[in-house]
Amino acid sequence: MPKVKVDGVELEVPAGATVLQACELAGKEIPRFCYHERLSIAGNCRMCLVEVKPGPPKPQASCALPAADNQEIFTQTEMVKKAREGVMEFLLINHPLDCPICDQGGECDLQDQSIAYGRGGSRFEENKRAVTEKYMGPIVKTVMTRCIQCTRCVRFAEEVAGVPEIGAIYRGENMQITTYLEHAAKSELSGNVVDLCPVGALTSKPYAFEARPWELKKTHAIDVMDAVGTNIRLDSRGRQVLRAVPRINDDVNEEWASDKTRHNVDGLVRKRLDKPFVRKDGKLVPATWEEAFKAIAAVQHGGSVAAIAGDLLDCETMFAGKLLVEKLGGTMLEGRQTGLAYDVSSLSSVVFNTPLADLETADVILLVGTNLRWEAPLVNTRIRKAIKRGAKLFAVGPEVDLTYKVEWLGNDASLLAKLPDVVLEAFGKAARPAMIVGGGVLAKDGAHGDTLALVETLGLVKDGWNGYNVLHFAASRMGGLMLGYAMDGGIKAMAQAAPKLLFSLGADDVDYAAFGSSFKVYVGHHGDKGAHAADVILPGASYAEKPGTYVNLEGRVQRGEKAVFAPGDAREDWSILRALSEVLGATLPFDSFAQLRAEMARAVPALGQEGLVDFGWLMPSLPTGATGEFGSPIKDFYLTNAICRASPTMQQCSAELIHGESFAEAAE
Amino acid sequence: MAEDTAPPAPPPFVGPLDDKDRIFTNVYGFQDWGIDAAMKRGDWDDTKKLLEIGQDEIINRIKASGLRGRGGAGFPTGMKWSFMPKESKDGRPSFLVINADESEPGSCKDREIIRHDPHKLIEGALVAGFAMRARAAYIYIRGEFIYEAKVLFAAVEQAYEKGFLGKNACGSGYDFDVFVHRGAGAYICGEETAQIESIEGKKGQPRLKPPFPAGAGLYGCPTTVNNVESIAVAPTILRRSPEWFASFGRENNRGTKLFQISGHVNKPCVVEESMSIPFKELIDRHCGGIRGGWDNLLAVIPGGSSVPLVPAKEIMDAPMDFDGLKALGSGLGTAAVIVMDKSTDIVRAISRLSYFYKHESCGQCTPCREGTGWMWRVMERLRTGDADQSEIDMLFQVTKQVEGHTICALGDAAAWPIQGLIRHFRPEIERRIAERGAPVMEAAE
Repeated sequence: MPKVKVDGVELEVPAGATVLQACELAGKEIPRFCYHERLSIAGNCRMCLVEVKPGPPKPQASCALPAADNQEIFTQTEMVKKAREGVMEFLLINHPLDCPICDQGGECDLQDQSIAYGRGGSRFEENKRAVTEKYMGPIVKTVMTRCIQCTRCVRFAEEVAGVPEIGAIYRGENMQITTYLEHAAKSELSGNVVDLCPVGALTSKPYAFEARPWELKKTHAIDVMDAVGTNIRLDSRGRQVLRAVPRINDDVNEEWASDKTRHNVDGLVRKRLDKPFVRKDGKLVPATWEEAFKAIAAVQHGGSVAAIAGDLLDCETMFAGKLLVEKLGGTMLEGRQTGLAYDVSSLSSVVFNTPLADLETADVILLVGTNLRWEAPLVNTRIRKAIKRGAKLFAVGPEVDLTYKVEWLGNDASLLAKLPDVVLEAFGKAARPAMIVGGGVLAKDGAHGDTLALVETLGLVKDGWNGYNVLHFAASRMGGLMLGYAMDGGIKAMAQAAPKLLFSLGADDVDYAAFGSSFKVYVGHHGDKGAHAADVILPGASYAEKPGTYVNLEGRVQRGEKAVFAPGDAREDWSILRALSEVLGATLPFDSFAQLRAEMARAVPALGQEGLVDFGWLMPSLPTGATGEFGSPIKDFYLTNAICRASPTMQQCSAELIHGESFAEAAE
Repeated sequence: MAEDTAPPAPPPFVGPLDDKDRIFTNVYGFQDWGIDAAMKRGDWDDTKKLLEIGQDEIINRIKASGLRGRGGAGFPTGMKWSFMPKESKDGRPSFLVINADESEPGSCKDREIIRHDPHKLIEGALVAGFAMRARAAYIYIRGEFIYEAKVLFAAVEQAYEKGFLGKNACGSGYDFDVFVHRGAGAYICGEETAQIESIEGKKGQPRLKPPFPAGAGLYGCPTTVNNVESIAVAPTILRRSPEWFASFGRENNRGTKLFQISGHVNKPCVVEESMSIPFKELIDRHCGGIRGGWDNLLAVIPGGSSVPLVPAKEIMDAPMDFDGLKALGSGLGTAAVIVMDKSTDIVRAISRLSYFYKHESCGQCTPCREGTGWMWRVMERLRTGDADQSEIDMLFQVTKQVEGHTICALGDAAAWPIQGLIRHFRPEIERRIAERGAPVMEAAE
């Protein structure tokens, strides 16, 4: 623990800390552009210069200098002030200063720091440099004249995203940042470079010229595009969410968000259900709430009632739906829309047991039937970090590019029963072994049991460590399982039971043909597959339009707030169910969202408080002996749910990045 | 009182150098560069015996010889070698990188060594590499040196054929390889860490220090980067004794040195001379004097383009060594002496150097990337006088904003020539501005 003096204040800093970190610990602000906590140190912007004694009589880049014992650091001296002014002046001489038409305006590091550390005017009389625009794909808009060559984007692409496709070409003042051959950066995390860029060189293409940061209302929410539960901030103006950006949560998403998380929001204003519909003579026609409710009340269900939960649902909606079904005399609840019917007698055997932050410390990892890049991009970045620490990776399943080196054992489920010696040997020596069981496994008979059998063989569960991880990719899955949205035999069994009245709570991936005789009530927000099949549509709220509790894949209970109001006549889902229950004569026991939440916490106490749920560790004994190939449950990363299917940005991403269409435009 | 009676130390030997004391005996290429001719000249003569001196002792002797790095910075070579780890604790090998990326305007000594006397370098690589316990040496040769690269490849091949390199090099029981790596024409790759990056196949951009190459250099292994001349003189120093080498030049500036005199002298040349030789004697003896006589001398850049120029009257009697030129506010650099007579447009000359640094800046760090272009553009306007008097001071401030604020020394190198110009030739710049700004007579309408 070196002891240093910062501006005369003595303090102890952790071993390995840099001078910049020492200054921050001392409460001093050090301006910086290239330095970023989660990226490697480049030391090239030179903005963080400080005076250090002992040392050469010139300012030192504090981001790259290790703090050493008895160092004296000065952050306010004349030398430091001059150095900052000098660097700031250099950064600005070739910067276009087009802040009035720049999307970064108002949240620009260069703006802020030039006010704080720059000199008042410019002495530069020459012509400014101009740089042609680069094409970086449908997410990232470039105005490269504004670039200050901090290389954060280059380092992010290489280190975090794992696609070394962004780089610098040419040298000196002609240096330019671009993607390889100006193709779109093929990463599902590319949008993060927009946040990283300290200036307006890389901005969000879908959000271009939409709003100024000070006009936006900022709401803390939880993302529902996958099961990671990315902590996001929804920026809205009036009734529209204009963008989603990640919040920092080291336990979940660190500082990142996938492109789907960021850019599904333009789908929130398209293909929306904004009034109730009732099917008349085979056609859905607009109706009033009263008519819609009456149509439902007319159904003679006789207790044959079921509910299917969609992938994007919050726990409150699912709980209200469950209560309604039960009050009407039904029992059938299911959330696994695509027909999975895995055993849920022990939730610990279907949850991601290793906390995401701990996954970084795993030393041997076996992936089974999963394309992590699509099923949970932010789990993939954790594994990249584990690899950087020396973790060894094996995988069974269809070969995909996961952005790191994996030893592919083959795509054959029977491999699980006879893993090669090299795998067993590696796991035998491992202190923190982990296995990740993807969606392809749960879909295969016996494979779930096979992986559970490996818990013993590979020694996955140790004191203080559980390396058995099932990877879900529906935001509602863990919450749904906790609330009982799983029945024996899955959706198939439900279809066989042919419920008279079926509530589809935003379920868009169900094969509704199997429910031909049921009266289908769709409560949801998008005119997607579920709405098309419905007999009555009750317009609900999307994740941005209601508060809600979500449980992510590791069993972490998180809560999001309501950013905007649902469009038109649409209402929050719980209030729809509450109102409907009265018409059906089965009034639900709550009159407000707070009461509902309290009711839910009473029924399932774990949902009552935020944080990781402890499911214990109990292994059910399941049939084993799976054979054959694992499939990939996700066919198109960008179009996995109703919101992103409605989003033009996601459609373009899909067309360009998955189907190879070209949208590149010539530089202006 | 004993000190008073001791005889005064003899004055240091400052040239002229006798032929018998020259290390580079084929620098003009009068003889063949091949291994047979080189062995006749004494290279590879029982190299095994040199290695038997022992690793630490070789380093001690190089230290005792007072050899300072010949690449420009003048860091004591023996001390540099001693920073290398004595044993590998984690299995990482050590490497020697020999910097033959001679791109400094004015410098042309490494070129002469490689094209005419490559075996001095290769033998030096073995000796130096052995002393610092390196597994191999990488010779990074400038991309534009096409003929020299051919010679070097062939010379290394010859040394392998004779068994001087490779497994059991020279029968010493030490395994040592030499690889030649061609650059692609970037001045910045002469900076040691940029060179390491370039050898690794990356874009040639200097690394942050620390870590220093001796801790983590090429491929993350302990590495020493040395100039061609520093390495090439090592075998001769060991053969002829460190005391012999230390007998030339002033205290702290020992040895012989290849001077490369270019510009307005009657006979530009590369010549090996004793360190500390006075400038006037160097020019008169080897270059046939200044073009148009000594009164016609305007200024001298004594150490290659990156050091500040020295006006005529100050340089005349100055000793040509590290400390002597430092005292004049300049430096010995690579001893590339650029002589300019009074026909020189001195502002244009320095402006051209500014263009060079603008062109060669790697673009990694801000002050150099942005500053070199700015400085060059202002210099171009000062050349024609299309500027304001206040811009001279502004330019000087800009050079100060670059100097010492960058990752590597290229920023300093770009700043110093301009600082030297402003320091010594300010009236000339002011005259141009004044003349251009003078009211122009216009014809009546």
